[in-house]
Amino acid sequence: MQLKTKHLLGLENVSSSDIQSILDTAVSFKQVLERPIKKVPTLQGKTVVNLFYENSTRTRISFELAEKRLSADSVNFSVSGSSVSKGETFKDTVRNIEAMKVDMIVVRHGSAGVPQYLTKISDSVVINAGDGIHEHPTQALLDMYSIREKLGKLEGLKVCIVGDIAHSRVALSNIFGLQAMGAEVSVCGPATLIPRNIGDLGVKVIHNIDEAIQENDVLNILRIQLERKARAAFPSTREYHKYYGITKERMEKNKKDVLLLHPGPINRGVEISSEMADGEHQIILEQVTNGVAVRMAILYLLGTRQGEDN
Amino acid sequence: MNIKAKILDQEALLRIITRMSHEIIEKNKGPENLIIMGLRTRGEYLATRLRDKILSIENVDVPLGILDVTLYRDDFRTRLKQPEVSVSNITFDITDKNIVLVDDVLYTGRTIRSALCAIMDFGRPATIKLCCLVDRGHRQLPIKADIIGKNIPTSINEEVRVKLLEHDGEDAVYLVEV
Repeated sequence: MQLKTKHLLGLENVSSSDIQSILDTAVSFKQVLERPIKKVPTLQGKTVVNLFYENSTRTRISFELAEKRLSADSVNFSVSGSSVSKGETFKDTVRNIEAMKVDMIVVRHGSAGVPQYLTKISDSVVINAGDGIHEHPTQALLDMYSIREKLGKLEGLKVCIVGDIAHSRVALSNIFGLQAMGAEVSVCGPATLIPRNIGDLGVKVIHNIDEAIQENDVLNILRIQLERKARAAFPSTREYHKYYGITKERMEKNKKDVLLLHPGPINRGVEISSEMADGEHQIILEQVTNGVAVRMAILYLLGTRQGEDN
Repeated sequence: MNIKAKILDQEALLRIITRMSHEIIEKNKGPENLIIMGLRTRGEYLATRLRDKILSIENVDVPLGILDVTLYRDDFRTRLKQPEVSVSNITFDITDKNIVLVDDVLYTGRTIRSALCAIMDFGRPATIKLCCLVDRGHRQLPIKADIIGKNIPTSINEEVRVKLLEHDGEDAVYLVEV
């Protein structure tokens, strides 16, 4: 039951038993969210800092609600309006925040490896909320929770991650997590958005979206990250939509019973049509709801973890 | 751990459960508006038995709830092992109902304190009564049971072990030294 890992930096080195514990514990927290009073006193007296060096709507609000619903005290830090603009280094910023006695740090940063570095310069429990194009473990865990809740299992399922694999931290965490849980993972997208050596991770590459729909139980559709220069990878978003966008016609042409996930925010009419983004196959908003429960489970398991190194 | 005495055998245990069922109905003046709520783990099985007994006595199927109080515990900082969270199962509204909270052993009273806090987050019951199979004393909080199966005076270094068929393969209560 007790997690082997002290921090949640990524899913690459997290054991399947840890993933299992997090998903199972999240079931209890989902129940808390359905009660009249959506709050438990479990993390009373713990302080959590949400250290966000990058923009975020879902992840940040989700973490903040998860912390509040566990009765932890939470503080939000965002780069704009902080002393970072006065030239304070990352290390100094963290040391100063930690001097105010915090227990856990949830970090999002544009550079890969920042959460790892944080564990070296601080004594707090570190949770990665997205580091560059590396990993976004809590998103992958909530994706896995949502799939398991809907289809009853993960083992043996065929899951295809569609779109901008090269710029996606969600893709990498999903690949590690799903494979650990015994799912078969493939990726689909234009060659320019698929890393050349992705096959080394044991992932099948599909370049035809129709094939991806036919062969899989679940499609996890990623956002085309226009802000990360994905725009250069294909001629136009209209062309991308034409060849890789999920549309009603395309779903009807192939098989219908495929589950659609999207981590948000959605580019309507690019990776998914507006009709499908609100349609019956998708569980996009359920993913968001589950996100709070999964993050509560992670905060609980890491925040109350006992051990000589804690 | 060594067993000092077998305090109740199956026959005695079943008689106590029957008596407690009657007491619940008596104290509630009938089975109306009543909810039986068992605390995980063994309280759940006791509660199920009490519910079944009330069904056979009064022919009324009283709603049965199961409460997991892990998230409300006060010993996260002092315990050596992280407690496992489980799911509560309360599928009905508890507002204005009379709840009978069922647990196996009443000791410090801290579990019951957690349970009271947990129940309040599900709604606002009219009353809560506490029903325990064994009261072993040594309370640390001002909590007392309304219905007690058996009072067993103990010393601090003794423990009461309740065994139930559904969970442990036998019906018995033991006094052990740890």
